[in-house]
Amino acid sequence: MDAVRNEAVAANDTTTDRRSERELVVTRVFDAPARIVFEAWTKPELLMRWWAPKSFGITFLSCDLDVRPGGTYKFVFGHPESGQPMAFVGRYVEVKPHTRLAWTNEESGDGFVTTVSFEERDGKTQLVLQDLYPSKEALDEALASGTVSGYPEQFDELDAVLKTLN
Amino acid sequence: MVQFSSSHVGTSFAAISDATRRGVLERLAREDASITELADTFQMTLTGMKKHVSVLEHAGLVVTEKVGRVRTCRLGMSRLEQEAAWIERYRQLWAARFDELDKVVEEWKQKEKSNGRSQE
Repeated sequence: MDAVRNEAVAANDTTTDRRSERELVVTRVFDAPARIVFEAWTKPELLMRWWAPKSFGITFLSCDLDVRPGGTYKFVFGHPESGQPMAFVGRYVEVKPHTRLAWTNEESGDGFVTTVSFEERDGKTQLVLQDLYPSKEALDEALASGTVSGYPEQFDELDAVLKTLN
Repeated sequence: MVQFSSSHVGTSFAAISDATRRGVLERLAREDASITELADTFQMTLTGMKKHVSVLEHAGLVVTEKVGRVRTCRLGMSRLEQEAAWIERYRQLWAARFDELDKVVEEWKQKEKSNGRSQE
Protein backbone atom coordinates (compact mmCIF):
# COMPACT_ATOMS: atom_id res chain seq x y z
CA MET A 1 0.00 0.00 0.00
CA ASP A 2 3.08 2.23 0.11
CA ALA A 3 2.57 3.59 -3.37
CA VAL A 4 -0.85 4.87 -2.42
CA ARG A 5 0.35 6.39 0.86
CA ASN A 6 3.19 8.22 -0.83
CA GLU A 7 0.85 9.79 -3.33
CA ALA A 8 -1.48 10.75 -0.50
CA VAL A 9 0.92 13.20 1.18
CA ALA A 10 1.11 15.55 -1.81
CA ALA A 11 -0.24 19.09 -1.40
CA ASN A 12 -3.86 19.79 -2.26
CA ASP A 13 -4.57 16.18 -1.67
CA THR A 14 -7.93 14.51 -1.69
CA THR A 15 -8.47 12.33 1.38
CA THR A 16 -11.17 9.73 1.83
CA ASP A 17 -12.24 7.89 4.92
CA ARG A 18 -14.99 5.57 6.09
CA ARG A 19 -15.74 7.75 9.06
CA SER A 20 -18.48 5.63 10.54
CA GLU A 21 -20.48 2.52 9.78
CA ARG A 22 -22.65 4.33 7.26
CA GLU A 23 -20.61 7.34 6.23
CA LEU A 24 -17.83 8.12 3.75
CA VAL A 25 -16.03 11.46 3.90
CA VAL A 26 -13.89 13.17 1.26
CA THR A 27 -11.87 16.33 1.95
CA ARG A 28 -9.99 18.74 -0.29
CA VAL A 29 -8.69 22.32 -0.10
CA PHE A 30 -9.19 24.73 -3.01
CA ASP A 31 -7.19 27.90 -3.50
CA ALA A 32 -10.24 30.10 -4.08
CA PRO A 33 -13.02 31.76 -2.04
CA ALA A 34 -16.01 29.60 -1.11
CA ARG A 35 -18.40 31.52 -3.37
CA ILE A 36 -16.34 30.58 -6.46
CA VAL A 37 -16.04 26.91 -5.49
CA PHE A 38 -19.76 26.83 -4.72
CA GLU A 39 -20.57 28.30 -8.15
CA ALA A 40 -18.69 25.45 -9.79
CA TRP A 41 -21.05 22.96 -8.09
CA THR A 42 -24.26 24.77 -8.94
CA LYS A 43 -23.84 26.15 -12.49
CA PRO A 44 -24.32 23.37 -15.08
CA GLU A 45 -21.84 24.87 -17.56
CA LEU A 46 -19.13 24.85 -14.86
CA LEU A 47 -20.06 21.50 -13.28
CA MET A 48 -19.92 19.79 -16.68
CA ARG A 49 -16.30 20.78 -17.04
CA TRP A 50 -15.05 18.82 -14.04
CA TRP A 51 -17.57 16.17 -12.93
CA ALA A 52 -16.58 13.66 -15.63
CA PRO A 53 -12.81 14.05 -16.24
CA LYS A 54 -11.45 12.77 -19.56
CA SER A 55 -9.80 9.78 -17.89
CA PHE A 56 -13.27 8.38 -17.11
CA GLY A 57 -13.88 7.98 -20.84
CA ILE A 58 -17.48 9.14 -20.50
CA THR A 59 -19.02 12.33 -21.82
CA PHE A 60 -21.80 14.50 -20.49
CA LEU A 61 -24.86 14.38 -22.72
CA SER A 62 -26.87 16.69 -20.51
CA CYS A 63 -26.79 18.28 -17.07
CA ASP A 64 -29.97 19.79 -15.62
CA LEU A 65 -29.83 21.38 -12.19
CA ASP A 66 -32.62 23.07 -10.26
CA VAL A 67 -30.53 24.15 -7.29
CA ARG A 68 -33.04 24.91 -4.54
CA PRO A 69 -34.45 22.77 -1.72
CA GLY A 70 -36.73 20.17 -3.32
CA GLY A 71 -35.36 20.94 -6.82
CA THR A 72 -34.22 18.00 -8.95
CA TYR A 73 -31.08 17.28 -10.94
CA LYS A 74 -30.37 14.91 -13.78
CA PHE A 75 -26.96 14.03 -15.23
CA VAL A 76 -26.86 11.93 -18.39
CA PHE A 77 -23.61 10.39 -19.65
CA GLY A 78 -22.66 8.52 -22.76
CA HIS A 79 -19.77 6.26 -23.66
CA PRO A 80 -18.60 5.49 -27.21
CA GLU A 81 -18.56 1.74 -26.53
CA SER A 82 -21.98 1.58 -24.94
CA GLY A 83 -25.29 2.29 -26.64
CA GLN A 84 -27.18 2.99 -23.43
CA PRO A 85 -26.75 6.40 -21.82
CA MET A 86 -26.45 6.43 -18.00
CA ALA A 87 -28.58 8.77 -15.96
CA PHE A 88 -27.99 9.98 -12.40
CA VAL A 89 -30.91 11.63 -10.66
CA GLY A 90 -31.97 13.01 -7.31
CA ARG A 91 -33.14 16.15 -5.61
CA TYR A 92 -31.56 18.87 -3.53
CA VAL A 93 -32.47 18.74 0.14
CA GLU A 94 -30.35 21.64 1.40
CA VAL A 95 -29.03 24.70 -0.41
CA LYS A 96 -27.16 27.38 1.56
CA PRO A 97 -25.29 29.63 -0.87
CA HIS A 98 -21.48 29.42 -0.53
CA THR A 99 -21.79 27.22 2.57
CA ARG A 100 -23.65 23.96 2.18
CA LEU A 101 -25.27 21.77 -0.46
CA ALA A 102 -27.02 18.41 0.02
CA TRP A 103 -28.79 16.10 -2.41
CA THR A 104 -30.22 12.61 -2.64
CA ASN A 105 -28.90 9.96 -5.05
CA GLU A 106 -31.83 8.05 -6.43
CA GLU A 107 -30.52 6.11 -9.44
CA SER A 108 -29.73 3.02 -7.35
CA GLY A 109 -31.43 1.33 -4.44
CA ASP A 110 -29.06 2.30 -1.62
CA GLY A 111 -30.26 5.91 -1.62
CA PHE A 112 -27.34 7.69 0.02
CA VAL A 113 -27.40 11.43 0.67
CA THR A 114 -24.44 13.60 -0.32
CA THR A 115 -23.67 16.72 1.71
CA VAL A 116 -20.93 19.15 0.69
CA SER A 117 -19.78 21.92 3.00
CA PHE A 118 -17.59 24.85 1.96
CA GLU A 119 -15.60 26.59 4.66
CA GLU A 120 -13.53 29.62 3.72
CA ARG A 121 -10.32 30.47 5.55
CA ASP A 122 -7.74 33.02 4.36
CA GLY A 123 -9.15 33.00 0.86
CA LYS A 124 -8.98 29.20 0.59
CA THR A 125 -11.89 26.81 0.77
CA GLN A 126 -11.91 23.63 2.81
CA LEU A 127 -14.38 21.31 1.14
CA VAL A 128 -15.85 18.36 3.05
CA LEU A 129 -18.06 15.91 1.19
CA GLN A 130 -20.04 13.29 3.05
CA ASP A 131 -21.92 10.33 1.56
CA LEU A 132 -24.36 9.14 4.22
CA TYR A 133 -25.99 5.73 3.67
CA PRO A 134 -29.30 4.78 5.30
CA SER A 135 -27.70 1.89 7.19
CA LYS A 136 -24.43 0.04 7.77
CA GLU A 137 -25.79 -2.76 5.56
CA ALA A 138 -26.41 -0.34 2.70
CA LEU A 139 -22.84 0.95 2.78
CA ASP A 140 -21.39 -2.56 3.18
CA GLU A 141 -23.38 -3.63 0.16
CA ALA A 142 -22.17 -0.66 -1.88
CA LEU A 143 -18.57 -1.49 -0.95
CA ALA A 144 -19.07 -5.15 -1.88
CA SER A 145 -20.72 -4.35 -5.22
CA GLY A 146 -17.54 -2.77 -6.53
CA THR A 147 -19.42 0.12 -8.14
CA VAL A 148 -18.00 3.40 -6.93
CA SER A 149 -20.82 5.91 -6.48
CA GLY A 150 -22.59 4.20 -9.36
CA TYR A 151 -19.93 5.15 -11.89
CA PRO A 152 -18.32 2.61 -14.17
CA GLU A 153 -15.02 4.47 -13.99
CA GLN A 154 -12.08 4.01 -16.24
CA PHE A 155 -13.87 2.62 -19.26
CA ASP A 156 -10.74 3.49 -21.20
CA GLU A 157 -8.65 1.16 -19.10
CA LEU A 158 -11.24 -1.55 -19.44
CA ASP A 159 -11.01 -1.26 -23.20
CA ALA A 160 -7.24 -1.55 -22.95
CA VAL A 161 -7.48 -4.67 -20.78
CA LEU A 162 -9.99 -6.25 -23.14
CA LYS A 163 -7.75 -5.53 -26.11
CA THR A 164 -4.83 -7.36 -24.49
CA LEU A 165 -7.09 -10.38 -24.06
CA ASN A 166 -8.21 -10.51 -27.69
CA MET B 1 -1.81 -9.68 0.35
CA VAL B 2 -2.77 -7.78 -2.75
CA GLN B 3 -0.57 -4.77 -3.46
CA PHE B 4 -2.45 -1.63 -4.39
CA SER B 5 -0.06 -0.05 -6.82
CA SER B 6 -1.65 2.65 -8.97
CA SER B 7 -1.76 0.51 -12.08
CA HIS B 8 -3.24 -2.31 -10.08
CA VAL B 9 -6.04 -0.16 -8.76
CA GLY B 10 -6.64 1.08 -12.30
CA THR B 11 -7.01 -2.49 -13.47
CA SER B 12 -9.43 -3.29 -10.62
CA PHE B 13 -11.38 -0.24 -11.64
CA ALA B 14 -11.70 -1.59 -15.14
CA ALA B 15 -12.47 -5.09 -13.98
CA ILE B 16 -15.50 -4.08 -11.97
CA SER B 17 -16.93 -1.63 -14.47
CA ASP B 18 -18.85 -4.49 -16.09
CA ALA B 19 -22.16 -5.70 -14.64
CA THR B 20 -21.47 -9.39 -15.34
CA ARG B 21 -18.11 -9.24 -13.63
CA ARG B 22 -19.65 -7.55 -10.59
CA GLY B 23 -22.20 -10.36 -10.57
CA VAL B 24 -19.40 -12.94 -10.72
CA LEU B 25 -17.71 -11.32 -7.71
CA GLU B 26 -20.99 -11.36 -5.78
CA ARG B 27 -21.54 -15.00 -6.72
CA LEU B 28 -17.99 -15.95 -5.62
CA ALA B 29 -18.46 -14.04 -2.37
CA ARG B 30 -21.10 -16.66 -1.52
CA GLU B 31 -19.09 -19.71 -2.66
CA ASP B 32 -16.37 -20.85 -5.04
CA ALA B 33 -17.52 -21.91 -8.50
CA SER B 34 -16.16 -23.46 -11.69
CA ILE B 35 -16.11 -21.50 -14.94
CA THR B 36 -18.82 -23.82 -16.29
CA GLU B 37 -21.07 -23.06 -13.31
CA LEU B 38 -20.48 -19.32 -13.74
CA ALA B 39 -21.24 -19.54 -17.46
CA ASP B 40 -24.51 -21.33 -16.64
CA THR B 41 -25.46 -18.83 -13.93
CA PHE B 42 -24.93 -15.86 -16.25
CA GLN B 43 -26.24 -17.65 -19.33
CA MET B 44 -23.20 -17.12 -21.49
CA THR B 45 -20.73 -19.20 -23.45
CA LEU B 46 -17.74 -20.78 -21.78
CA THR B 47 -15.46 -18.61 -23.92
CA GLY B 48 -17.30 -15.45 -22.87
CA MET B 49 -17.09 -16.35 -19.19
CA LYS B 50 -13.40 -17.28 -19.51
CA LYS B 51 -12.74 -13.77 -20.80
CA HIS B 52 -14.55 -12.15 -17.87
CA VAL B 53 -12.70 -14.36 -15.38
CA SER B 54 -9.36 -13.47 -17.04
CA VAL B 55 -10.07 -9.77 -16.55
CA LEU B 56 -10.92 -10.36 -12.88
CA GLU B 57 -7.86 -12.58 -12.44
CA HIS B 58 -5.61 -9.99 -14.10
CA ALA B 59 -6.89 -7.45 -11.55
CA GLY B 60 -6.20 -9.80 -8.64
CA LEU B 61 -9.88 -9.93 -7.74
CA VAL B 62 -10.25 -13.62 -8.55
CA VAL B 63 -7.88 -16.56 -8.22
CA THR B 64 -8.35 -19.69 -10.34
CA GLU B 65 -7.02 -23.18 -9.92
CA LYS B 66 -7.27 -26.05 -12.36
CA VAL B 67 -7.84 -29.47 -10.88
CA GLY B 68 -8.24 -32.17 -13.50
CA ARG B 69 -10.54 -30.70 -16.15
CA VAL B 70 -12.26 -28.23 -13.84
CA ARG B 71 -11.05 -24.67 -13.27
CA THR B 72 -12.33 -23.41 -9.93
CA CYS B 73 -12.62 -19.67 -9.21
CA ARG B 74 -12.56 -17.99 -5.82
CA LEU B 75 -12.28 -14.41 -4.60
CA GLY B 76 -8.73 -13.10 -4.60
CA MET B 77 -9.28 -10.53 -1.89
CA SER B 78 -10.60 -10.57 1.62
CA ARG B 79 -13.53 -8.35 2.48
CA LEU B 80 -11.22 -5.87 4.20
CA GLU B 81 -8.92 -5.71 1.19
CA GLN B 82 -11.94 -5.24 -1.04
CA GLU B 83 -13.13 -2.38 1.12
CA ALA B 84 -9.68 -0.75 1.10
CA ALA B 85 -9.53 -1.08 -2.69
CA TRP B 86 -13.02 0.38 -3.05
CA ILE B 87 -12.20 3.37 -0.88
CA GLU B 88 -9.03 3.95 -2.87
CA ARG B 89 -11.03 3.92 -6.12
CA TYR B 90 -13.49 6.32 -4.53
CA ARG B 91 -10.59 8.61 -3.61
CA GLN B 92 -9.26 8.44 -7.16
CA LEU B 93 -12.69 9.31 -8.53
CA TRP B 94 -12.91 12.45 -6.42
CA ALA B 95 -9.22 13.35 -6.81
CA ALA B 96 -9.61 13.24 -10.60
CA ARG B 97 -12.70 15.45 -10.42
CA PHE B 98 -11.12 17.90 -8.00
CA ASP B 99 -8.01 18.30 -10.16
CA GLU B 100 -10.33 19.45 -12.95
CA LEU B 101 -12.33 21.59 -10.52
CA ASP B 102 -9.08 23.33 -9.55
CA LYS B 103 -8.72 24.49 -13.16
CA VAL B 104 -12.32 25.74 -13.29
CA VAL B 105 -12.05 27.80 -10.09
CA GLU B 106 -8.63 29.14 -11.04
CA GLU B 107 -10.00 30.36 -14.38
CA TRP B 108 -13.02 31.93 -12.65
CA LYS B 109 -10.71 33.66 -10.15
CA GLN B 110 -8.60 35.14 -12.96
CA LYS B 111 -11.73 36.28 -14.77
CA GLU B 112 -12.98 38.07 -11.66
CA LYS B 113 -9.61 39.69 -11.16
CA SER B 114 -9.50 41.08 -14.68
CA ASN B 115 -13.15 42.18 -14.62
CA GLY B 116 -12.86 43.76 -11.22
CA ARG B 117 -15.23 42.89 -8.37
CA SER B 118 -18.15 44.77 -9.95
CA GLN B 119 -19.13 41.55 -11.74
CA GLU B 120 -20.13 39.83 -8.52
